Amino acid sequence: MGSCFNNSSLACSHLLASDFSRPLKLPKILHLQKGQFCRSRRATQFWAFHGLTTPPYKLDALEPYMSQRTLEMHWGKHHRGYVDCLNKQLENNNVLYGYTMDELVKATYNNGNPLPEFNNAAQVWNHDFFWESMQPDGGKTPEGGVLQKIEKDFGSFANFKEKFVNAALSVFGSGWIWLVLKTKEKRLEVVKTSNAVTPLVWGDIPIISLDMWEHAYYLDYKNDRGKYVNIFMNHLVSWNAAKARMARAEAFVNLGEPKIPVA
Amino acid sequence: MALRSVISRKTLGSLGLGFSHARGLQTFTLPDLPYDYSALEPAISVEIMRLHHQKHHQTYITNYNKALEQLEEAMAKGDSSAVVKLQAAIKFNGGGHINHSIFWKNLIPTSEGGGEPPHGALGWAIDTHFGSFEALVKKVNAEGAALQGSGWVWLGVDKESQKLVVETTANQDPLVTKGPNLVPLLGIDVWEHAYY
Repeated sequence: MGSCFNNSSLACSHLLASDFSRPLKLPKILHLQKGQFCRSRRATQFWAFHGLTTPPYKLDALEPYMSQRTLEMHWGKHHRGYVDCLNKQLENNNVLYGYTMDELVKATYNNGNPLPEFNNAAQVWNHDFFWESMQPDGGKTPEGGVLQKIEKDFGSFANFKEKFVNAALSVFGSGWIWLVLKTKEKRLEVVKTSNAVTPLVWGDIPIISLDMWEHAYYLDYKNDRGKYVNIFMNHLVSWNAAKARMARAEAFVNLGEPKIPVA
Repeated sequence: MALRSVISRKTLGSLGLGFSHARGLQTFTLPDLPYDYSALEPAISVEIMRLHHQKHHQTYITNYNKALEQLEEAMAKGDSSAVVKLQAAIKFNGGGHINHSIFWKNLIPTSEGGGEPPHGALGWAIDTHFGSFEALVKKVNAEGAALQGSGWVWLGVDKESQKLVVETTANQDPLVTKGPNLVPLLGIDVWEHAYY
């Protein structure tokens, strides 16, 4: 896939100029060191393999639907923690060097027998995807091709919304809810996964995700999951992101026959 | 009281399967806490105690009762696929009720001895099987922190081998799902709602 090659060449460009006999040293990245389970003991030499991506909006931009405090905890502590723990695990594992996040998630899933790095890798990927699935002044309804596809596969947008909300409320324990484009069936579906699993590992293409781990909503909504899910659908979900992801997905999944005019 | 819910559970078990004539299905009720909501401050806040007890635990009980009703109907009709389908809901909600009932009894305000290291037979057993009380604390902390997603950390006894064990279970699975000989002594709720 095109994007993979781009990423790995970026990662390799550091190595081109340096001496292979010495470990790669990168400048210390701006980082909260407090309260990390997996803090590197060598604080002055920080080896970064994967970085913490930032949400595409300020931390208070989703108020009042998702508070700044939630973003600070969820992104600043949980997401950052997963990144740090993943980097620490990768320090000991040469086999997984140079993998992009997508490839890392699929490789560590190991077809259902996840390796120890899977939880951290998948949660890093999931949270990157989640921040981008939301936007300030989000919600409302999608337009154009995305709406058409939803109406085709669910009957109506209202049907899809109901299915999504019901799936979210039926999660046992920690998990995620996805609107996913199934590559084999070539249709959109609502999928529920537990803990860190993502539909990426089954070769499907996620379009929108919702974090149903308690840490995602407890500070703002306590145990009122219904309110959280409805507010997500009405005010937070980014149909712009969905549009971009669908457009990209169409490069991998043929969603319809092209109309070739008869000569 | 917690005692009432223990009795109800036993009664339900003794009724057994195969009774086709009408029997009163025991419903479960929320056991009272053996202390005030504010008794565990500052370790656990009033708000969390209230929410945890009156919302989360109550929801498990409500859904457990509902699932048991549906199970009884399905069994009466001989609807096997419904019976099997309900198992997940029963395990989750029933487990949630069992685990939380144990949890409330595991906690006590510091004024009544909460947090003090164990003495007597339990103290001896801990020293024998883990080396020291501190070692046990370290192990439990490590297991709890390593748990992915939601679950519980348990200090239990293996009845067969007569040993103390530290185990984790996922979601609301009771300790017995990790081994039929395991008896829970102490359970720690590591769901985020317990400490957020």
